[in-house]
Amino acid sequence: MTTIFDFDQIPETSWCPGCGNFSILKVLKEALDELKIDPKNLVISAGIGQAAKTSQYINSNCFNGLHGRALPVATGIKASNPDLIVVAEGGDGDMYGEGGNHFIHAIRRNIDIVNIVHNNMVYGLTLGQASPTSRKEFKTPLQLEGVSSEPFNPIAVAISLGASFVARAFSGDMKQMKEILKEAVKHKGYALVDIFHPCVSFNKINNFKWFKDNTYYLNENYDNTDKMEALKKAFETDKFPLGVIYTNGKNKTFEENLIAYKNDKRPLYKREVDLEKIEKLLN
Amino acid sequence: MKNDISIVLSGEAGQGIKTVELLIIRALKNSGYNVFSTTELMSRVRGGNNTTEIRVSNERIEAYVDKIDILIVLSKNAILRIENRLTKDTIIIGQDSFIEEKYKNSQYIIKYVALSSLAKEVGGLIYSNVITYGLLSGIFDINLNLIKESITRHFSTKGKEITDNNINAVIKGYEKGKELKLGIQVEKDEKIKNQVLLSGTESIGIGALAGGCNFITAYPMSPSTGVIQFLARHSEEFGVVVEQAEDEISAINMIQGAWYAGARAMTTTSGGGFALMEEGISNAAITEVPIVIHLAQRPGPSTGLPTRTEQGDLNLALYAGHGEFPRIIFAPGNFTDGIYLTQKAFNLADKFQVPVIILTDQFYIDSFQSIKSIDFTDFKVENFVTRTDKDYKRYKNTEDGISPRGIPMQGDGFVRFDSHEHDEGGFITEDPDIRIKMVDKRFKKLESYSKESIDAEIIGSKNYKTLIVGWGSTYGVIKEAIEKLNDNDLAFAYFKQVYPLPNNTKEILSKAKELIIIENNATSQFGQLIKRYTGMEFTNHILKYNGMPFSLEEIIEKLKGMQ
Repeated sequence: MTTIFDFDQIPETSWCPGCGNFSILKVLKEALDELKIDPKNLVISAGIGQAAKTSQYINSNCFNGLHGRALPVATGIKASNPDLIVVAEGGDGDMYGEGGNHFIHAIRRNIDIVNIVHNNMVYGLTLGQASPTSRKEFKTPLQLEGVSSEPFNPIAVAISLGASFVARAFSGDMKQMKEILKEAVKHKGYALVDIFHPCVSFNKINNFKWFKDNTYYLNENYDNTDKMEALKKAFETDKFPLGVIYTNGKNKTFEENLIAYKNDKRPLYKREVDLEKIEKLLN
Repeated sequence: MKNDISIVLSGEAGQGIKTVELLIIRALKNSGYNVFSTTELMSRVRGGNNTTEIRVSNERIEAYVDKIDILIVLSKNAILRIENRLTKDTIIIGQDSFIEEKYKNSQYIIKYVALSSLAKEVGGLIYSNVITYGLLSGIFDINLNLIKESITRHFSTKGKEITDNNINAVIKGYEKGKELKLGIQVEKDEKIKNQVLLSGTESIGIGALAGGCNFITAYPMSPSTGVIQFLARHSEEFGVVVEQAEDEISAINMIQGAWYAGARAMTTTSGGGFALMEEGISNAAITEVPIVIHLAQRPGPSTGLPTRTEQGDLNLALYAGHGEFPRIIFAPGNFTDGIYLTQKAFNLADKFQVPVIILTDQFYIDSFQSIKSIDFTDFKVENFVTRTDKDYKRYKNTEDGISPRGIPMQGDGFVRFDSHEHDEGGFITEDPDIRIKMVDKRFKKLESYSKESIDAEIIGSKNYKTLIVGWGSTYGVIKEAIEKLNDNDLAFAYFKQVYPLPNNTKEILSKAKELIIIENNATSQFGQLIKRYTGMEFTNHILKYNGMPFSLEEIIEKLKGMQ
């Protein structure tokens, strides 16, 4: 299926055949298209890594900046023009490692963006080192005796910090991933979508079959507005739950709280500078 | 007494010396006196010893002096640290219990004023500050009604009782001040009353607003934080997005997102924070997103002397960021230039799409002075954002290297910024020919800027044989020293643009037989920069790096020693 987000000429990607990123790219474009998002109103803010390259393959606006810094850039964009739909995208190393501090504070701000994290539990672009989400004992060319640190739990961290939308998807189920992404885009406030996906080159342990065997779908009776229940789900690791684990749309967004928009709803680029009024500051 | 009086208030952190400073300098200015004040602090919230120097003169003054004519002692242990600045003419004013025995039986003139008892008479020690304000007003014989009005204004939100008590307090202090009969007769100048009094911090904040700044984010770090706090106070009035960032890395990236979406954004920091921003500055260079950074220097390395002053981060600003790319660096030496250059920084960042850095330091930021009013109709907020068409290419190769910058939702094209080397459309490329074109394109912008470059200013004799070079906050002290020395062979070249070197650099330097450089650092960073670009060397260096600004006396003495 082609979408409005496709280029006329399909760009050559830098991904390995069979990489989960292909499914995520395809589904993201389809989700945005089905939501009738105008590509001119969308910005993808991306970091660096194989996942962040997604921004290169979507025909829209993008800011492909530094490793780990997609969230501050996205924050600056959304705060300056709240009319834009802003997606911050990157991998597990990008968002949870290098950008860990920004991840914490973007959640606290509740900025109205979608934060998509391609989570394959390994570093791909730097050829196979551990990522913050690598499971214990995972062996790599750098962690020769296996990872000894506790894996980072983005779901639990996000819920604890008051994230208003926390979901996990698996790239192997494009239908569910699309539904979750659509929910995330529609959600007002910060939305985390952590997407499990296999790295066919550097993670032979957490492969397609492993994700399939180690995940399950939250059932229809699950109440995803109950924060404590959501936290319990976040700590399940025998099998990881998939779906919208927590949602709460009651908090005001970052942009809504900004004093700059109190008396004037226009984005910053539409405003005039009143030099006479500024001159009065000198008196 | 002389026409140039230096008052020093010495007390503990947390005592409220700042309140006295702000009230008295305004009252003095409104009475027609030239005033300049500066504060030096120990890095602590309570206790220790802090001093504020207030100079009152019949002439324009913008420098710190060593000499103390009047010392107001506001706590115990307030004299020891500044003992070497006292002279036989220094008048020490304070209560008996604050003045140590060794000073009582010495050459100094001591006037006992029981500030604490007076304060208690009014209602408590909290009134000490206002009594001190009254005391100084009395010493300078300022119109009492003006003083009372200032108190009413200052406490306008605190209710009638508090205002009345403070008026009582100020009168008590005022009477004491007059009783001292110090016989101060500094000439007044009516024109001063129309001048505007501001701090270094405010000069940067007002300049930013005048440049159209509508977005600021920063991680608090002394001495730079005042700028974001200033804009926070005016956030609603001028529609400025203000956000405290989780770290400086976030701040430098957030302002890039802001400019990308059409804001005019800045961040403010000091050396340590700026060091964290380096990667982000490099990112701004290749993505060609405009940025404005205020870097208020303090002595490093690392934590260094957190509350003190130095011009030690010029090299940091010059070389910050991996890779090779152009930038513009300003260093205002007075508050008029602080406003003009900060205003201009936003236009230049927007036009040339390069990082523009404004270098100040603790001395500049924490000082107050009055300046002639500025006509803001001279300012223009120049907006270079273009509407995009369907085939818009973000990095279009142009004659002057400047690619028209579009923003999302303004036009039919897509705005694609990329931190990788990219082609004209913003797509990743490793094509060696495109790489060369893009590097050259970025540097062409600096060549294009040279047409707007700001020359160094010559102060003093036009037929100089000896030229003193200074930049940034040493402006006031060098200028005053030159004026005092009044030597036909001597001039001062004031550099307010430190990078790229101004077009007139070589010309003004080669006219001199002897070159002296004055810098508030240990290695003469600006001297090295000039040598690198012009091949010219300085015969003499006057350098200071103990954390304090240069004093007028030491510059005069050093310059005399060199002739």
